[in-house]
Amino acid sequence: MITNEELEELLPEIIKHYGYDFTGYSRASLVRRVNAFFVKERCSSFAELTQKLLDNQSFFIHFVEEVTVNVTEMFRDPGFYKTLRTEIIPVLATYPFIRIWHAGCSTGEEVYSMAILLKEAGLLQKAILYATDLNQKVLEKAKAGIFPMSQMRQNSENYIKAGGRQEFSSYYTANYNFARFDKALSDKMVFSTHNLVSDSSFNEFQLILCRNVLIYFDKDLQARVLQLFDKSLDSLGFLALGSKESMKFSPIAPYYSQIETKDKIWRKKR
Amino acid sequence: MEKETITSPESLVVIGGSSGSLEALLHILPLLDKRLHVPVIIVLHRNNQSDNGLVELFASKTKLLVKEADEKDMLQPGTVYIAPPDYHLLIEQDKTLSLDASAKVNFSRPSIDVTFSSAADVFGKNLTTILLSGANADGADAMVYVKECGGKLIVQDPGEALVGYMPRQAIEQNVVDHILKTEEIAQWMNTSLGFRSLED
Repeated sequence: MITNEELEELLPEIIKHYGYDFTGYSRASLVRRVNAFFVKERCSSFAELTQKLLDNQSFFIHFVEEVTVNVTEMFRDPGFYKTLRTEIIPVLATYPFIRIWHAGCSTGEEVYSMAILLKEAGLLQKAILYATDLNQKVLEKAKAGIFPMSQMRQNSENYIKAGGRQEFSSYYTANYNFARFDKALSDKMVFSTHNLVSDSSFNEFQLILCRNVLIYFDKDLQARVLQLFDKSLDSLGFLALGSKESMKFSPIAPYYSQIETKDKIWRKKR
Repeated sequence: MEKETITSPESLVVIGGSSGSLEALLHILPLLDKRLHVPVIIVLHRNNQSDNGLVELFASKTKLLVKEADEKDMLQPGTVYIAPPDYHLLIEQDKTLSLDASAKVNFSRPSIDVTFSSAADVFGKNLTTILLSGANADGADAMVYVKECGGKLIVQDPGEALVGYMPRQAIEQNVVDHILKTEEIAQWMNTSLGFRSLED
């Protein structure tokens, strides 16, 4: 197993070789996932792991996929999506053109959820959903819009709890063990790699969603990423975080107010 | 601004439980001395939709401060932290808390194994883990690791537990220090852990 000290040795080497900076990640969960990777890949020593990571780029890419968390589901936290539907989307409807950024979108389930909400509000045609992640492989899955059939029951339950009134299965075609989502949804999505640690702002949005990403970052990195979001939000734009995340440690907090429902959604004051 | 006195705790108690352990906790909490000077973390399997009701319920049963664990919280002596639903709860070297929404472990999120192991990394011999009633083997594996790190292990008497499977799994690992009934668990905590002087 890898010790904390060994992890501290490895992280600067990774920056030097690949430019990926994990030094702002919370250590307890990072070391846990690096150790899970170590066991899964049957490494015999820290030296072997380091050597393989630094000598073999595809092994390193695999490492990034494994040590970043890619667990997600459609309409995760249905109450949150209900609030998006009733409180936020009516505001977005007033814009001639809607730009939304899903930062750290993983395999895209939340992006498809958003597209469904917009479609039901009759707004999908004038919207673009930018979906980014540092991990290319999950973006390819997101782009394909093909998800395991086994998840559809949970997704459908969440959809109904989030106030959905259609037949959830009308959004996909079942094909053996997979559900292929309607291309009309993904046509409005733009997928791209983006590393919140090192990449900069690339557009301005009326809504940015970044849920269950900041929990993996230390306070400094959280503050930096929130500043990046601040730069990327229109005035009066909305920022949505995960159910256990907040802006409390960020210098930008005074310029935002949490919406009245107390969901984890903040609005930029000006 | 709220003021917090930051005193880094020396030791930690983590209590894990699954089905039947709510009852056990409702028995233990009222018996705990209000001067108890260690942080206590409770990791309870529960369904994802349950809200803060648990925090209020526990708070009504003890004089200790009860709160849902938030990421970056600094562990404070005399405070009871409840792991939030649908996240793993971990402890950083600086004794702050971290949350993790990665895959379930032993079909559970929060997983008792995850918190026990993480706590052992930071607190070593100053960690006490207590495993209560349950129908799941979560917690038993990490107890071996806690032992290796020098921590103390207590399980609820499987005969008393509503569901004895979970404590029994731990007992089978041959590492448990004490097998106690709920009343004895409270007594053990009141006599074996640190105290705050009674100036308030």
